[in-house]
Amino acid sequence: MNQALEDLGDYIAGLIADDLEEHRLINDELVLVTRPESLRKVIRFLRDDSQCLFKLLVDVCGVDYPERERRFEVVYNLLSISHNQRIRVKVNVAEDEPVPSVAPLYPTANWFEREVWDMYGVFFSEHPDLRRILTDYGFEGHPLRKDFPLTGHVEVRYDDEQKRVVYEPVRLTQDFRSFDFLSPWEGMTRHLPGDEKAEEGEA
Amino acid sequence: MAAETQIRNMTVNFGPQHPAAHGVLRMVMEMDGEMIERLDPHIGLLHRGTEKLIEYKTYMQAIPYFDRLDYVSPLSLEHAFVLAAERLLGIEASPRGQYIRTLFSELTRVQNHLFNIAAQALDIGAMTPLLWACEERENLMEFYERVCGARLHAAYYRVGGVHQDLPAGLTDDILEWAARFPSSIGDIETLLSENRIFKQRTVDIGAVSAEDALAWGFTGPMLRASGVPWDLRKAQPYDAYADMDFDIPIGKHGDVYSRYMVRVLELQQSLRIITQAIEKMPDGPVMTEDGKVSPPRRGDMKNSMEALIHHFKHYTEGVHVPAGETYTAVEAPKGEFAVYLVSDGTNKPYRCKIRAPGFVHLQAMDFMCKGHMLADAVSILGSIDPVFGEVDR
Repeated sequence: MNQALEDLGDYIAGLIADDLEEHRLINDELVLVTRPESLRKVIRFLRDDSQCLFKLLVDVCGVDYPERERRFEVVYNLLSISHNQRIRVKVNVAEDEPVPSVAPLYPTANWFEREVWDMYGVFFSEHPDLRRILTDYGFEGHPLRKDFPLTGHVEVRYDDEQKRVVYEPVRLTQDFRSFDFLSPWEGMTRHLPGDEKAEEGEA
Repeated sequence: MAAETQIRNMTVNFGPQHPAAHGVLRMVMEMDGEMIERLDPHIGLLHRGTEKLIEYKTYMQAIPYFDRLDYVSPLSLEHAFVLAAERLLGIEASPRGQYIRTLFSELTRVQNHLFNIAAQALDIGAMTPLLWACEERENLMEFYERVCGARLHAAYYRVGGVHQDLPAGLTDDILEWAARFPSSIGDIETLLSENRIFKQRTVDIGAVSAEDALAWGFTGPMLRASGVPWDLRKAQPYDAYADMDFDIPIGKHGDVYSRYMVRVLELQQSLRIITQAIEKMPDGPVMTEDGKVSPPRRGDMKNSMEALIHHFKHYTEGVHVPAGETYTAVEAPKGEFAVYLVSDGTNKPYRCKIRAPGFVHLQAMDFMCKGHMLADAVSILGSIDPVFGEVDR
């Protein structure tokens, strides 16, 4: 285990414990989990504290867990050049919950947050310019959500009669196939699926 | 008289198809005369949903998508993905595999910088460097072809090493090429480095201070040109970079000329790494011996039923990666290229976020171009080295 990172985690948790939900090492990488209302304070602390100096916000991205109550996780990856360390800050938000933008702290967050908005529909409050960024002009939906189909909803083609590109609903000549690779041997649970009684008996 | 005093800013549309846009980029520029007041890049015209597609593919099937992101430096991007997957699996590539990956990532860097330097020069009006650089680049693509059969979309790296060993005689040919390559750099340099026109178009154009470069998230040559000595190959070495002896060139002014100079000097440092990687390269297998990750040998497959089943499972179902997450970065030619990989324990990534340096650098176009002339925007754009495959993903 990486001692320096563990110490850094304890140091941060000691100073801003109220703002953190947890801190731990995953695969030798330090991860902090915070709440949306504390996010700016945590990020500002990480940027300015002399033991941290995470001056470079290298990445912001979203992850979608539809089965969770607060389904989106917004992940901030920071890099400290002075201390040669990386850190990851996460916030969990529900679909209609806004996340405070960190663009005032790092100008580079602007496009990253636009991308998360575009791909997941997570709203960033006080963002200077929250527009779609990667998808088409006039696109509907948020494509990286797990409930958005891989094939999308519309397809485009050039219509020779109208002399322009037209949008049409996707028509597949063959249905989209998704194979279940979960091997019954390796993924076997101790009880058969649907055998609720056995699980109850154990609990 | 009234008509003359009414001055209106003009909006200029640059792209989406423009020879100096390095791909499909649309920039909406608000001009005050010939001065840029505001610049709004519209990206996403090459968006192909790579991240979504990777969520539906096994780990091995995801590798070729990385070639198609930054198609000028494909192997460096594969490098990030295989390192991330190895980290989640808790394995290391075989020593020879690590050296081959180091060697080819550096060949990729040479290829990328050659093309960028020349393409940038072309944007500013110098035609010859591109022709000379493409001739050299052809040699590099032949090396690609000899190891994996493809000139551009290599799909050569694998989780746990590389797909196949180097063919006989390849290392000698690379060494021979490396011996004569410095003179080619010299040729290109004589055309540009002290060229009056080139310097007029690049010196003090788009200058960024070290502090601004950090705030805007610059990495790679863009950050080093602003005077920050930061290189992941030195700071957080991966594969065989820890055993290599090389220097990190940095610039002073952070302008377009500094970025050009940093790239030229990096070419020479890459050559040092290439020769060292070949000299120090150990013998042995190119893939890890871990049977869960590497496919069985061809010979075994012909004789053993188990090996045949294993081979079939390996190429259809793929490897089940333990649940976890990692942010793994490499020093790609354009800057920090990273993969944030989340696994849920199945054979497909749950989430694969691709952190592309070009995306971040392009964002700063507005900041760098403000107050510059229209023609400088082309020069600054060339110095960013954008490739829209990775910007739009």
